Amino acid sequence: MRKPPGLWATVGALLRKELLVELRTLESVPGMSLFAVTTFVVFHFALNQNTVSGDEAAGILWVTLLFAAMLGVNRLFVADQDQGGFDAFLLAPVDRTAMLLAKALALFAYLAVLELVAVPAFGLLLLGPPLHQSMPDLLVVLVLADIGIAAIGTLVAALAVQTRARDLLGPLLALPLLVPVVIGAARASSPLLVFTHPAGSQVRWLATLALYDLVFGLIAYAVFDFLLED
Amino acid sequence: MSSRTSPPKNGRGLRPLSIVTIVALPIALVLVFFYAPIEAEEGFLQKIFYLHVPLAIITLCGFVIGGLLAIVHLRTRDRSWDLRSYVAIHMSLIFGVGTLITGSIWARGSWGHWWVWSEPTLVSFLIIMLLYATYQPLRFAIEDPERQARYASVFAIVAGAFVPMNFLAVRLSSSYLHPRVLGSSSNLPPKMAFTFLISLVAMALLFATLCSYELTAKRTRMLLKARSRTLGFR
Repeated sequence: MRKPPGLWATVGALLRKELLVELRTLESVPGMSLFAVTTFVVFHFALNQNTVSGDEAAGILWVTLLFAAMLGVNRLFVADQDQGGFDAFLLAPVDRTAMLLAKALALFAYLAVLELVAVPAFGLLLLGPPLHQSMPDLLVVLVLADIGIAAIGTLVAALAVQTRARDLLGPLLALPLLVPVVIGAARASSPLLVFTHPAGSQVRWLATLALYDLVFGLIAYAVFDFLLED
Repeated sequence: MSSRTSPPKNGRGLRPLSIVTIVALPIALVLVFFYAPIEAEEGFLQKIFYLHVPLAIITLCGFVIGGLLAIVHLRTRDRSWDLRSYVAIHMSLIFGVGTLITGSIWARGSWGHWWVWSEPTLVSFLIIMLLYATYQPLRFAIEDPERQARYASVFAIVAGAFVPMNFLAVRLSSSYLHPRVLGSSSNLPPKMAFTFLISLVAMALLFATLCSYELTAKRTRMLLKARSRTLGFR
């Protein structure tokens, strides 16, 4: 009998499948990116402003990214649920944590591509101060926030996908859980999005984000197995 | 998957618990209105402190206890623990609504606004209530009872861990505009601290009593259903 594959081999296979499915169907990422750009246009008219900076800019950026992320979260497990992916995975003699890791990594990749489109679009359409000078600092904030969104998003998506009102419950569960991420990310990026001498992010906001990532990463790891038994 | 249910010990201890609560609540009220001194700055309005703060503490404890009971459920696979977790969270939601209303009244009375964003405790509390407001929609949108219990437990654990994390983040984000009268009871005058302590105990007893009533009612209903099924009634 063949030895079952190790955790990382399973994660690699699952992640490859996720990305391949997304590349062939293009169900999530283009929609998320388009949603983000459209939202910037909506913000322009709703706020009646041509350029924004500081707290306002950070708020618009993070609200948009968060709501665009919700679209990806909602779709994350739908194919597995509707087309028997869960059953096939549960039949395989592999560690169930692999599913969490693969899905979270896939969501993280979706978010990275989303931000690759949305952040330059934001700089072009709405942001007053130039983006390039604060880019390295902003990148740290984006990565830290994305880890948190990927961990909570995967957990919430797995919870919501089995319910009758899954499209409704996903965002309803995820938004309150992600308020600390929004607080940390918005406060960390608002000093980066100003005209004169952008200061670095305050360490305490980056530390808050990192702590959140750690705590909810561990919690997701601890409870995820219970969502996959049947 | 077989799920064991522990034999129901229905309604045991309900009467003494109810009696203690019925005695403790009026004692707390008498202390609040006749024993505790009138506070110098806020006057009579400050008496809401003895209702609002115990309500808030019991609510948050109830949410965390709900999470701990959910851990026991997932470890033992005994569904009666899920029922306990559900009752704790359900009752905390009701107490939480009371906390928000009393907090709002207090904010209006002492700061002039129904809602104050610069008070981190109030804001954290609202976020937590918004999160727990999805507990029942999530739970009852799952048909299979075994899966319902399991998913509700996972939610209860995640949300229970979220309670302290959220307080930390919101506390960091606010700039302490208002002096924190409710920070710790150690700087209260002894008479106020004593009244507060008795109010807290009375509120905890009320929570425990209401929880046991709900648990007993739910178990009785399940028992009746099982009996009528064995007797062949529809």
